[in-house]
Amino acid sequence: MRKPSFTTVMLILGLLFLYLPMLILVIYSFNASRLVTVWAGFSGHWYIELFRDQQILDAVWSSLRIAFFSASMAVCLGTLAAFVMVRFGRFRGKTALSSMITAPLVMPEVITGLSLLLLFVHMAQLIGWPADRGMVTIWIAHTTFCSAYVAVVVSSRLREVDLSLEEAAMDLGAPPVKTFFQITLPVISPALAAGWLLAFTLSLDDLVIASFVSGPGATTLPMVVFSSVRLGVSPKINALATLIILAVSLATFLAWYFMRRSEAKRRQAMQLAMQEA
Amino acid sequence: MTQPMTLADTPAQARPANEALASSGKSSRVRKEALMEIRRVSKRFDEVLAVDDVNLTIRRGEIFALLGGSGSGKSTLLRILAGFEKPSEGQILLEGQDISRTPPYERAINMMFQSYALFPHMTVAENIAFGLKQDKLSKAEIRERVAEMLKLVHMEGFAKRKPHQLSGGQRQRVALARSLAKRPSLLLLDEPMGALDKKLRTEMQLEVVEILERVGVTCIMVTHDQEEAMTMADRVAIMSDGWIVQVGSPMDVYESPANRMVAEFVGTVNLFAGEIVVDEADHCIIDSPELGRRIRIDHGISTPADERGVWVAVRPEKTLLSRERPEGDFNWTAGTVEDIAYLGGLSVYFVRTEQGHLVKVSLANTTRRSERPSWGDAVYIHWDERSAVVLRD
Repeated sequence: MRKPSFTTVMLILGLLFLYLPMLILVIYSFNASRLVTVWAGFSGHWYIELFRDQQILDAVWSSLRIAFFSASMAVCLGTLAAFVMVRFGRFRGKTALSSMITAPLVMPEVITGLSLLLLFVHMAQLIGWPADRGMVTIWIAHTTFCSAYVAVVVSSRLREVDLSLEEAAMDLGAPPVKTFFQITLPVISPALAAGWLLAFTLSLDDLVIASFVSGPGATTLPMVVFSSVRLGVSPKINALATLIILAVSLATFLAWYFMRRSEAKRRQAMQLAMQEA
Repeated sequence: MTQPMTLADTPAQARPANEALASSGKSSRVRKEALMEIRRVSKRFDEVLAVDDVNLTIRRGEIFALLGGSGSGKSTLLRILAGFEKPSEGQILLEGQDISRTPPYERAINMMFQSYALFPHMTVAENIAFGLKQDKLSKAEIRERVAEMLKLVHMEGFAKRKPHQLSGGQRQRVALARSLAKRPSLLLLDEPMGALDKKLRTEMQLEVVEILERVGVTCIMVTHDQEEAMTMADRVAIMSDGWIVQVGSPMDVYESPANRMVAEFVGTVNLFAGEIVVDEADHCIIDSPELGRRIRIDHGISTPADERGVWVAVRPEKTLLSRERPEGDFNWTAGTVEDIAYLGGLSVYFVRTEQGHLVKVSLANTTRRSERPSWGDAVYIHWDERSAVVLRD
């Protein structure tokens, strides 16, 4: 056998470092044993168990709903903030705005969670809203920190967009608001999609902030997983994790496939145009 | 006219014969009435004057070029006309109406951008229809106008293409069609050939002019390329440091430059410093130590008595080269050929005069491989007394 080169070895080691833990998790999700660390033959019954567990299913559903609404709201707010930061001329407090919008990126989650909790408690005392914490408070909390990520993603794209595109639209008779919706938004739509997906993932993933601002009624998936792990890891969690990995890799694969296909189409069309010219 | 024209306009008026010659083909569609008046327009960015007290009158139907180097304020002036910048001072009148404060989307002015700025998510037809849709035209009318525009720029077969599926020249045609679709009373072109390679550029220059003349639209273009300005425009304004230095036909600015800056910016020129010693009605004589001989010019220049120092400018193609000593006492000097640039159609000789100045002489290569002066040869340069121009500062 040919001796593999140094770079190949390093590549394999790197991939193992990243994916071996997940591989082990996937294998152990098919473990028949009740103990997570002891292999006792192949079985799929933890998957059946998983789908019988109403608490986990409820948590998945509310996590998805919170993530969906937080991501959508964050895209709206983050895009507005990005537009103000990039497209508006200088105004008083612009530097303050742009640095404070990005501050939640580096703020420890514990602090964000705690301060939001204090805010909600005081608001409940002063104006009677929110009466009890739950889905809505988690949604608000997630929107605040996800907006920061969206603002960063969208503003970097917006900076690349040729300003003369918007000027051309106005030159042709479109007022600023119409220009924003008909020209700017479609042009930056890939960044909006990327920002939405990022916000969705962050919200789905968040444990710390959700634990602070959640109430008795609303439990997200990370909260369920974390609390059940403290009581001893059930192989059900392995099965759940495997399903999540499957969903994520499927989504990534589809995104890659469609992107490659449209890129190939684009290149073909470009070649055709060059030949004709 | 209430507004005084810039001083630079005077040579154009002094030589009506020249102007008629220069634009004999184009002048038929250019009428004398003014379409746009720019009155004392200035623009300040943080105390830096980008545009400084500009006065211009644009005639209906003409192609007008703003020519200048980078930072001369020509692009800022164009953006003021389009409405993207507000002038700090001054007025802009379009067909007699003050539009200085009108936003870009309410002006009957359209612009073709240097980057073309085609909307990437729309097809060619949708791009052209965009402006028409803003005017709330009916669907049938829009379809008809789009087809007409596509035909005008010879792009009928490309209506369904996206901009990224087009070559550079095709994109320019679409951009032109889009900016003409609303039938603007004034069209602005920002460095129209800037994004094209040299060969395509010469081709498109003539084609764009042909299209503009067929439509009959008045047009202001901005360029740093003098060849482009002279090919396309009926009149040219030379800008420098936010000022309009000279306005005139391409022939005016080349043959009768207003000052040294224009002479050096438009084409190349040989300059000799000198002092006027004789100034009569029919000729003047300038003493130039730089030439080592006196210069005679075939017309008087009526100088004030205290301003005797002037520059004499001679274009390289009007400077002649010979091996024999020229006759007479004026307008020649001796030197040696220091360098030769062979450019195909013409050769440029760099002659070092006895006084140590480098003079450029360009010769048309009218014959193949004929006997020519070579490196190090002793030669004489001379010119006709009608060829030189006297300039101040």
